[in-house]
Amino acid sequence: MTQQTRIAATFSTLKADGHLAFMPFITAGDPSIEATQSLIRELGRRGVDLIEVGFPYSDPIADGPVIQASYTRALNNGLHVDDIFRGVSELPTDELPPLVAMVSYALLFRRGVEAFVRQAVASGFAGFIIPDLPADEAADVGEIVRASGADLVQLIAPTTPNDRAQKILAAASGFVYCISTAGVTGVRDELPPELTEQLRWLRSQTDLPLAVGFGISRPEQVDMLHDVADGIIVGSAIVKHLADTSSPDGLTSALEAVGEFAGSMVAATHSAR
Amino acid sequence: MTASTVEKATSHVPDPLGRFGEFGRRFVPETLMHALEQLTDEYERAKQDPAFQAELDDLLKNFVGRPNPLYFAERLTEHCGGARIYLKREDLNHTGAHKINNTMGQVLLTRRMGKPRVIAETGAGQHGVATAVACARFGLECVVYMGEEDIRRQKLNVFNMRTMGAEVRSVTSGSRTLRDAINEAMRDWMSTVDSTHYIIGSVVGPHPFPMMVRDFQSIIGREARQQCLDATGRLPDEVIACVGGGSNSAGMFYPFVEDDGVALIGVEAGGRGPAPGDHASTLSYGNKGVLHGSYSYVLQDEDGQTQDVHSISAGLDYPGVGPEHSYWKDTGRVNYVAIRDDEALDAFQKMARLEGILPAIESSHAIAQVLKTAGNRSKDDIVVVCLSGRGDKDVYEVARLLGQEID
Repeated sequence: MTQQTRIAATFSTLKADGHLAFMPFITAGDPSIEATQSLIRELGRRGVDLIEVGFPYSDPIADGPVIQASYTRALNNGLHVDDIFRGVSELPTDELPPLVAMVSYALLFRRGVEAFVRQAVASGFAGFIIPDLPADEAADVGEIVRASGADLVQLIAPTTPNDRAQKILAAASGFVYCISTAGVTGVRDELPPELTEQLRWLRSQTDLPLAVGFGISRPEQVDMLHDVADGIIVGSAIVKHLADTSSPDGLTSALEAVGEFAGSMVAATHSAR
Repeated sequence: MTASTVEKATSHVPDPLGRFGEFGRRFVPETLMHALEQLTDEYERAKQDPAFQAELDDLLKNFVGRPNPLYFAERLTEHCGGARIYLKREDLNHTGAHKINNTMGQVLLTRRMGKPRVIAETGAGQHGVATAVACARFGLECVVYMGEEDIRRQKLNVFNMRTMGAEVRSVTSGSRTLRDAINEAMRDWMSTVDSTHYIIGSVVGPHPFPMMVRDFQSIIGREARQQCLDATGRLPDEVIACVGGGSNSAGMFYPFVEDDGVALIGVEAGGRGPAPGDHASTLSYGNKGVLHGSYSYVLQDEDGQTQDVHSISAGLDYPGVGPEHSYWKDTGRVNYVAIRDDEALDAFQKMARLEGILPAIESSHAIAQVLKTAGNRSKDDIVVVCLSGRGDKDVYEVARLLGQEID
């Protein structure tokens, strides 16, 4: 265990600098794999720390309406899993922020977990988030992922009791994804007290970085996370920029808008504590 | 794989992890895991509680109208010219289908858990109506998710639900049918799990739903088994039921699983034929996979994306199936066959003329199977068919289809 994973190394550097990680989420293939490649390059250029790449799935119960709509757009354009692997393998992933595959277990299982993980890692992914694979079912998958040198990120919910959280932490690697209750997305000026309490308790239980996703959409909101978390995840606020890219101009302006937003978020998360 | 490595089916499933053989389990977001654990514990306690059982029995008898008859279909038997055919009359329940057996049980559980709000999904609307009825009876808030396309096709049931005080929410994502209604209900549940119980309508979804819904529906098979013994002095040779998600068939088959001499036949929706997208025969043509929180057979493409399905029947129009059915398929305990739209439509009309009964178009698939095969059996044989619901809801759609054929 001397070799640090790419995700662990990223968080170590951030911690040394006193920075929060900014982790944008994008949907692969929305509207095309070529657009996704441009988006990943743009996010890398803007200095984001990690990029979550969502694999479109037909029945995403873990995602909200904005993400589901983007999945539907991508699938309606004929996207296949192999297109995502090809698109990522064409990128200089060593020079880009670590890419984390956000993918339903339905897709992993269909291909075979070993084959899926092998192909994903070979194409350049550094980790996996499988939102419908609870820790109870994740032991075998975790072994396969770790053997490939990648991380299997575990999720903890507001409804997770502490004894359950301890078992999840024991199976976690890379970072811990602290999800908020669905439905509370939107602009917030302060953290819900239960979330602060849960993050503080988790901090007392693990050295793994804690990443939070709960509807942050403006740089001014980053400050309230500095004391309790190590990173923030932003999904809907980015994906919604891609909702109308029917014209080439639409795509160009969407890329610009996402880039500018990412730049402002990086400035906020990388300001010293 | 040889036959000798396949275990024999037992009724002692699932295990505490929710496994029917290899099938079932829980593949859901972490947000729901605690609620599923709580629900499992509460259900296990309720099962042992005589007061809970007594209250449920009383409701089933005096509110639902159980036991319903096992009826000897004399003219259908004559028409087929073979086995004696008996119909289990779930169509005579309050609300006109078997779905209420499950919603009565789950609404009592909801009260035990102290949750004031219920959500449900519905395809044809029968489960939505049965949930709305149960919530009205006990004064609970009720929200039913229904695909926009199904709302259009099933206006009568939508009106019934709203009259009963339920809010019917139109689902406009994906294929706008049952599968998307389940996605939307799960999503609602993730943000409201502390105050809300999700009354899932079939033997699908994460553990404990497939077990719990089967248990509540097993009254169908328990009654039918005893009624057959009382009427004929022996068990049937064959039991037939239709399979969408598989709740009426699971409830019908389960009490017969260990009766080795009783053949069990599950009838899936064969639609227009075996091409992908033309049918909903998950067990006949599907692969092992994960859908809606459970590991079972599923109709999906080579990537694992759920395929579109078709059936004349909104209640069978589902690309997955309960995990216990997958277990029964792989152990060989139940034989699964497919009946096409036109065969079901023909059975619907034959039942009306021969027996004076309008069967639900779902149940007409089971009738079509008995029309096909009963003639090959000896006149001493006994076949029991689950008539899972009545066909009033389908008359507009059937009339439309018959009109097109005349054109």
